[in-house]
Amino acid sequence: MSVLSIADLHVDYRRRGRPTVQAVAGVSLSVEKGQILGLVGESGCGKSTLARAAVGLVAPSAGTVEFDGSPTTRLSRGTRPAHLLGLQMVFQNPYASLNPRRRVGAQIADGVGARSRTKVRADDPRVAAVLELVGLPTSAAGRYPHEFSGGQRQRLAIARVLAAEPSAVVLDEPLSSLDASAQAQIASLLVELKDKLSLAILLISHDLSVVRQVADVLAVMYLGRVVEVGPTEQIWSDPRHPYTQALIGAVPQPDGLGTLPTALPGEVPDPARPPSGCRFHPRCPEAIARCSVEQPDLTVLVPSGRKLGTSIDTPIGTARSAACWLRIDTEAR
Amino acid sequence: MNILSRRVLPRSKPLTVIAVTVIAIWLLVALLAPVLAPGDPLSQDGTPFTAPSGAHWFGTDELGRDVLSRVIYGARLSLPLALLLVVLSALIGGTLGALAGFLRGPVDGVLMRICDLLFAFPGIVLAMVVAATLGPGITNAVLALVLISWPWYARIVRGLVVSLGEAEYVTARRLLGASTWRALLDDVLPNIVGPILVLATLDLGGAVLLLSGLSFLGLGAQAPVAEWGSMVSHGTEYFQHWWLGLFPGLAIFTVVLAFNFVGDALRDVFDPHTGRAHG
Repeated sequence: MSVLSIADLHVDYRRRGRPTVQAVAGVSLSVEKGQILGLVGESGCGKSTLARAAVGLVAPSAGTVEFDGSPTTRLSRGTRPAHLLGLQMVFQNPYASLNPRRRVGAQIADGVGARSRTKVRADDPRVAAVLELVGLPTSAAGRYPHEFSGGQRQRLAIARVLAAEPSAVVLDEPLSSLDASAQAQIASLLVELKDKLSLAILLISHDLSVVRQVADVLAVMYLGRVVEVGPTEQIWSDPRHPYTQALIGAVPQPDGLGTLPTALPGEVPDPARPPSGCRFHPRCPEAIARCSVEQPDLTVLVPSGRKLGTSIDTPIGTARSAACWLRIDTEAR
Repeated sequence: MNILSRRVLPRSKPLTVIAVTVIAIWLLVALLAPVLAPGDPLSQDGTPFTAPSGAHWFGTDELGRDVLSRVIYGARLSLPLALLLVVLSALIGGTLGALAGFLRGPVDGVLMRICDLLFAFPGIVLAMVVAATLGPGITNAVLALVLISWPWYARIVRGLVVSLGEAEYVTARRLLGASTWRALLDDVLPNIVGPILVLATLDLGGAVLLLSGLSFLGLGAQAPVAEWGSMVSHGTEYFQHWWLGLFPGLAIFTVVLAFNFVGDALRDVFDPHTGRAHG
């Protein structure tokens, strides 16, 4: 059963006197218990907006986000409703997401007391337990955030969230401000936590090579729309959408052959004036006439060379799908 | 005070140490005025216009009052009133600014336009109008100066509440179910105290100056009270007897300068972008 499910989500940024920016233009995704869904895409493709909309920090202009079967509401001035406290978020910059003037223990205690809405002391054993869970010494509770490195701070931010015993966590670029070894540590911590606590994790990143290591399911986003979804290894070994192919081609290969990554030509277009038809067609090496006219929907595909299957009840987010006319024409069922 | 002693003094420049010492001396003077003053600030026993001498270190004024005693007793008026003025302005301005930043919308709009209005008007002129309307007197002078001083605090506190309210650690806290008030009290206010303390310290010097200014103009302390500003004002009428204006003037000068130096030092401590790094 999916813990977090996003259906046909649209987020518009309206600006006076200028065209509306469709940051997210119809995205459907779902994350199951004990699953990491990696959402990748270039900067400005709307993935952070999607993350913020998923936890209710941004109001969607259309579509729904459901958590544990009930629709989420936007976080307004009022207190967040109790049934949403199991849906939490970890932010990109661990230097900004911890209060510099409060001891780490007190901030984690906020998480421990979240569900019961009680004030928990920083020396509560549950604070120590959650610190151990993320691999930090229990003595960390008495210190201030500036005494920790970036990777340790990200662990602290994760610990604070875990203290609230969430069932779904959205992580918005949690690795991008860390160095390579800290990235690897946090990435393996995420996998460990997912298994141990059967968390549903939506991991947002622009770094395909890291996400590939941890995500069970991959979703590729381009200019506000998801263009390809599927099990990570299938997408990595056999990308179907030309944009996914370009993204994978841009990942440096440590194969010793000196193969240089291929850069995708052109820039991400202005989301306020998205191209007609398929949003990727101006940069697509394989675009056909139809691509500039009609927008392809995300469609379930079958492996090439096999007969069309019959099952279409696979949940969105796990079935191999792509939004590309080249694939839909030949491979859709 | 803890921060003052632990973080400012040990690593300070000599200037800061001198400034803190000057303020400490002035506070002692104000506190121990009856002990320190050689005579009654109001008694007219001396010969008028005696130049500074062994009997009257700072000389005597036109009524034969001892200038040293008057300067010492003046500290009892100027320092507490300056403090009162700053505390009232910071409390009123801080509260209104926090409300504006927290509630936003029309409350914010109205409050900030009132601030703009008060900023657009020359402060001392407005204070003069208010003080003159309420009637001359030191209490009314303080009220008039609070009226022109609070917008500075309101503007700064509002900006801090708005920007800190959008900090990720506040959002994270709110996602954990904390109410907006809780987040404001725990996460926002402690981060505002530092900047406001700096502003208030810098402002103390200005407050002494403004109070003296109003007294100088005849709208503050009234005769025969010993007040530095009104003493300087009287001194200007007797320019050949320089000691009448010089000593109270020096008192104002040293206090204002010392508060400014301490304020600068505090700013270096609280602002991670200037001066020495800490932590």
